[in-house]
Amino acid sequence: MNKANKPELIIDGRRTDGRNLEDLRSVKIESGVLDNADGSAMVEWGNNKIIAGVYGPREVFPKHFSDPYKAVVNFRYVMCSFSSLEEHSRGGPNRRSIEISKMGKHVFENLILTEQFPNTAIDIDVEVLQSDGGTRVAAFTAASVALVDAGIPVKGFAGGVSVGKVDGRLAVDLNKIEDNYGESDVPVMFNSSNSEILLLQMDGLLTREEYERSIDLCYEASKKVNALQVDSIKKKME
Amino acid sequence: MKMIMDEIRAEYVKELLKEGKRKGDRGFDSYREVSIKNNILKNAEGSCLASIGKSKVLAGVKIDLMEPFSDRPEEGVLMVNSELMPLAYYSYSAGPPTPESIELARVVDRGIRAANVLEMQGLKFGDKVLGVFVDFYVLDNDGNLTDTATLAVMNALSNLSIPEFNAELNAFEREKRNRKMEVKNRVTTSTFCKINGKILLDCDVEEENAGSGSLTIGVADGGFICSTQKSGSASFSKKEVMDCVDIAMKKHEELVRHIKIEG
Repeated sequence: MNKANKPELIIDGRRTDGRNLEDLRSVKIESGVLDNADGSAMVEWGNNKIIAGVYGPREVFPKHFSDPYKAVVNFRYVMCSFSSLEEHSRGGPNRRSIEISKMGKHVFENLILTEQFPNTAIDIDVEVLQSDGGTRVAAFTAASVALVDAGIPVKGFAGGVSVGKVDGRLAVDLNKIEDNYGESDVPVMFNSSNSEILLLQMDGLLTREEYERSIDLCYEASKKVNALQVDSIKKKME
Repeated sequence: MKMIMDEIRAEYVKELLKEGKRKGDRGFDSYREVSIKNNILKNAEGSCLASIGKSKVLAGVKIDLMEPFSDRPEEGVLMVNSELMPLAYYSYSAGPPTPESIELARVVDRGIRAANVLEMQGLKFGDKVLGVFVDFYVLDNDGNLTDTATLAVMNALSNLSIPEFNAELNAFEREKRNRKMEVKNRVTTSTFCKINGKILLDCDVEEENAGSGSLTIGVADGGFICSTQKSGSASFSKKEVMDCVDIAMKKHEELVRHIKIEG
């Protein structure tokens, strides 16, 4: 982004969308939104709209990728060609989405009790229909609900948020404009049952204190996300 | 694909760890020997062969003119790319870049971009802007490619010479290279692996195979953290992460001594 045109992002302690520094955007999670997938979830996180579907445990294809000790977890994160405000993009994977898919695979390899399903595959597919910053944490949040919806045993939910530095101050859950002009971005996700860090990425320039505070802020926000994840599953059980 | 020998060696690493030991009696937070050879190529505008232990990474930089991005018309473009060459490790093969290769390039790129190592603003030549294309090739994989590649790229950028621009021809005169490009910030990364709950710095490939994941912390001059990547299925507690940050900040002072500006 052209830093010269940077708008003021925090005015009187309020952000461009009226939030305080530590506020999450409104997050809506619905599970079981698809008919064919074994499990699915839709997350509306601010202006982000993300849908996740899970198939499995099922046969591994191609077969030689199978593991006799545990299930293979495949994770695919992609942004639809019409998902961003900017021009039409080529749909399908690019370097960024390939990296995010790899991160997702790691998160759910940790969470799923893969040892219970040797020689099988669990395929998680997440599509970003509309993006407004923070899509990776929203995508993994959706995938986590879809897995539970599919009845696959997990150690906990993956919940979290991205904290960034905006106009020199730490702000929770950056939207697109804050992400573009922000000075750092720290997406962190936690296992809801033991508070272990499942996803941690960072870029920007932060002091040690700011770095630690970012992780703490993410942790506090992850609790709110976890509560919504649990609610979405309960709702479907009703 | 995992070879049976990998699993046997991984078991050996884990057995040693049970006794609180590491291969070669190395400390848990110490680096193997680092070596740097700068400007080993003539045609590239910058080059470096870096090694940590037996890992070898060759970085080369080419300078070119390119169309600016529409949202940054006055800004040069930095691109970092990696090649895991089939000759570097038995499981590497030719073909499109693997997720591992893409991740490696993006993690190295992330720290260098975040810390503004090169000032790209205003690098305009005619209607084009300067493109700095950094490609690093892994020649031998013995673990910790991230830190090795960061050192290689930082050294190659530190010794970058810009060819003279001929406005009449609207092109570079490649033979005339006098202008050095100033490096505004120095970045190093420290990568830790988690093996059976223990955290070790600078793992070789056998230790990596025994581990369940890694954590890379990028540090820039002035005591700033500039990049992080947790990779692999391992999870880390917040305390573990902050301990790694503290070690990485100390190791930055040690590693920057290997970023040399040649005379």
